Amino acid sequence: MDLVLLAISAIFVNNILLAQYLGNCPFCGVSKKLSTSLGMGAAVIFVATLASIFTWLVYYYLLEPLGLKYMQTLVFILIIASLVQFVEIFLKKFSKPLYNALGIYLPLITTNCAVMGIALLNIKHEFGFWEMVVFSISSAAGFTLAIILFASIRERLFISHVPSFMKGTAIALVTAGIMSLSFMGFSGMVN
Amino acid sequence: MSRFLSVLLHGFWKDLPPFRLVLGLCPALAVTASANNGLGMGMSVTFVLIFSNLVISLLRNVIPNKVRIASYIVIIATLVVIVEMILQAYFFGLSQQLGIYIPLIVVNCIILGRAEAFASRNTPFLSAVDGLSIGLGFTMSLTVVGSIREMLGAGTWFGMSLASAEFEPFAFMIKAPGAFICLGLLLGLMNAFSHWRGENVIQK
Repeated sequence: MDLVLLAISAIFVNNILLAQYLGNCPFCGVSKKLSTSLGMGAAVIFVATLASIFTWLVYYYLLEPLGLKYMQTLVFILIIASLVQFVEIFLKKFSKPLYNALGIYLPLITTNCAVMGIALLNIKHEFGFWEMVVFSISSAAGFTLAIILFASIRERLFISHVPSFMKGTAIALVTAGIMSLSFMGFSGMVN
Repeated sequence: MSRFLSVLLHGFWKDLPPFRLVLGLCPALAVTASANNGLGMGMSVTFVLIFSNLVISLLRNVIPNKVRIASYIVIIATLVVIVEMILQAYFFGLSQQLGIYIPLIVVNCIILGRAEAFASRNTPFLSAVDGLSIGLGFTMSLTVVGSIREMLGAGTWFGMSLASAEFEPFAFMIKAPGAFICLGLLLGLMNAFSHWRGENVIQK
């Protein structure tokens, strides 16, 4: 039951994009079309979950016993970067269709702060293993939900009359603000 | 000399992050609930940017092209760990407030962007100047956004009370939606100003 609540809270209440501000660069960059944001979302779910599991294991079974907690940042980014590279090679060799679908988004993910952010939040909240897995999947799902909703809005924004100086990123940010406002409505659901 | 001046000044208007150079939006949104946090974040990024540009520029002929991104990330991450430790030792309150956004400087695209676009093909001195310029521009933007949000959302500026007791703080501004809308409107305002000055705004 707690895990269900944790999942709902991570997807809606504390949405990683709209409430924690993580992963905004791809949010503005890739969200112009629905199909590309679907691909990006899927790639983020896949990589964020794997990266969280690896970083969690390394943190609790390597860094903490050895007293190397201050190396967290350096180790985490190296794990994420090499994981992304490894996933890319693995998919290319064993799953061509999946590679074709996710391939071009993978290199972008290394510098996606959502992935690193989820890994860091897992440690900050002192989650146990299963809590960590649920939190990672649902946070990444929250990212995907937000980016898909946003892409659908942006496809319509493209054909609407926006004042010339607000075009592009400016109107995108204001739209994201209004979305974030509506997501705040969920905040009563879970304490 | 003119090259030096143009590199020194481009971060303040021509390539002002995060408005003209639309990179590094996450910290610009996340830590600007108060002017103080914005300033602290900006200074941390400036420190990392100057030294990452300097080190990468010094090593630009040594790092093999194929593994350059990975090498840049290791250099940047090392500098971020240094900043993290300095903040924890001397500015504990600020480091608590900025929280996970300090380690997230590693994935701030401005730093990797400058490394790739500038430091990898310019001399160490110019690269450090570029880091200083972009870093101070970023600090300036974050402090301005932080000031606007803090003044409207809490009625204070750098913690000093500005408004009388009757002022009802516009709490929306210091929450997440306020961050997005404030940044979006500022960006629109800057575009309008550039347009009025007859500049060509390149922004996707």
